[in-house]
Amino acid sequence: MNVLALIGRVFLTFLAAVGRLSRFALAAVTHMVRPPFYPRQILRQFIDIGYFSLPVVALTAIFSGMVLALQSHSGFARFQAEGAVAMVVALSITRELGPVLAGLMVAGRIGASMAAEIGTMRVTEQVDALTTLSTNPFKYLVSPRVLAGLLMMPLLVVVADILGIFGGYIIAIGKLGFNSGSYLANTWQVLEPLDVLSGLVKAAAFGFLIALLGCYNGYYSKGGAQGVGAATTNAVVSASILILIANYGITEIFFAQ
Amino acid sequence: MTEAAAPKIRLRDVHKRFGDKVVLDGIDLDVQAGESIVVIGGSGSGKSVLIKSIQGIVRPESGSIQVDGEEVIGMGGKQIERINAKIGMLFQGAALFDSLPVWENVSFGALQAGKLDRKAAYDLAVETLAKVGLTEDVAKLWPSELSGGMQKRVGLARAIATEPEIIFFDEPTTGLDPIMADVINDLIVTCVKRLGATAITITHDMASARKIADRVAMLYKGKLVWVGPIADIDNSGNPYVDQFIHGRAEGPITMDLRR
Ligand SMILES: Nc1ncnc2c1ncn2[C@@H]1O[C@H](COP(=O)(O)OP(=O)(O)OP(=O)(O)O)[C@@H](O)[C@H]1O
Ligand SMILES: [Mg+2]
Repeated sequence: MNVLALIGRVFLTFLAAVGRLSRFALAAVTHMVRPPFYPRQILRQFIDIGYFSLPVVALTAIFSGMVLALQSHSGFARFQAEGAVAMVVALSITRELGPVLAGLMVAGRIGASMAAEIGTMRVTEQVDALTTLSTNPFKYLVSPRVLAGLLMMPLLVVVADILGIFGGYIIAIGKLGFNSGSYLANTWQVLEPLDVLSGLVKAAAFGFLIALLGCYNGYYSKGGAQGVGAATTNAVVSASILILIANYGITEIFFAQ
Repeated sequence: MTEAAAPKIRLRDVHKRFGDKVVLDGIDLDVQAGESIVVIGGSGSGKSVLIKSIQGIVRPESGSIQVDGEEVIGMGGKQIERINAKIGMLFQGAALFDSLPVWENVSFGALQAGKLDRKAAYDLAVETLAKVGLTEDVAKLWPSELSGGMQKRVGLARAIATEPEIIFFDEPTTGLDPIMADVINDLIVTCVKRLGATAITITHDMASARKIADRVAMLYKGKLVWVGPIADIDNSGNPYVDQFIHGRAEGPITMDLRR
């Protein structure tokens, strides 16, 4: 077995997939800005992503904030630096944990359901039926979802930021004996607009990736129930990995000196 | 032009394969405006692929497909949309949108074209459903709440709702009881004769073919082995057609069974 040939083949397959995905992304974006638009479809996706993801995102954020306060307190106590708890909670939540955890949760919830729904539509010929009814399946199915991902994730992350910091606050005040006023003042003082902004940029990027990969995997699924299952798995796994990679990239852009 | 009228649909030397499997191997067919063609052929012979090619859903590798003189093969998405606006299609598996109630399925084409508001679209749906023997109660149900035969009829209603110039029916009567099948046959005849639509119907049901066809085309191994008027089908002199319409296991068509 020629190892070089094998590596070459894998690399080419990879490049082809990247090319196909980029074309898909480009088409999704161009159809997003060109009429006709489907307000009902867009609204449905807004509600699905923005509203129905609230419980998962909220729970994730609150408990992450609580754990952060507890952990950083026990850690910093070794250096008599317990005062840093407010800072650690605020910065970790807004810069990293808010967007990343919300992204991963939404990838599991939304990415999977998009891939399953569009995949089922593909294998039952509903996607073809759209074409025969003079409706562009890209405009009708893909663009509303990608748009909703792009716009709703930042809103979810604003909620996650607030609830995450609130979770830390509960523990700091209720368990660790901090003074409420000075803890909040501390939090407020360390937070820079850029901390929140970078988190929201991440959120938008993650939302775009989640919806894009959900739609992409669903759109090209084939082979019945098994194919749809595989598409769903791929959508979640690939979105999660890309979220983590993109997270590093965006952090590098914002915070590397 | 020597012909009296240019054909509504014109196929020349159309080839389509999936991987190594050749499905269409040089199809020539002219369908005149207002004509009703029935395509027969064994399971898996490529009948569905043939009509999907005309709609640009399946892209043949070579050949020419013209609808009203416009070449479909290689056409861009926007143009395909415009061609499809003239065509109504009943899918073999109905392919109803399961995220929409029945009535929105039926009036989907009219709603998307922005021709109707939602109230008028609902009325259109109810009216069209009545033509396929379904009552208004069905309009508000979801596709998943219907039986297979009902789904088929809703698919049929969706195909004819906008009164398209061209209609494709992929096995319209499969899965229906004999009486309802005949109602649907009459409906197809009405669409073609009264509305002047051009129709291509795929069916295995010879009684249905006799009722709705002007001409019959038989597909076998990627080729049209016989095309002729329905009146000639019993004495076509074509061994493939004879075997098919009499449903005999012995003949030139072999089923590739292992013995
Ligand atoms: N998307 C596809 N990918 C791969 N092969 C396909 C695809 N669509 C159809 N085929 C193949 O093309 C052949 C013809 O399929 P088609 O659906 O046209 O058959 P048919 O004549 O309509 O049969 P039936 O009467 O059972 O509906 C089949 O062998 C099928 O396996
Ligand atoms: Mg078929």
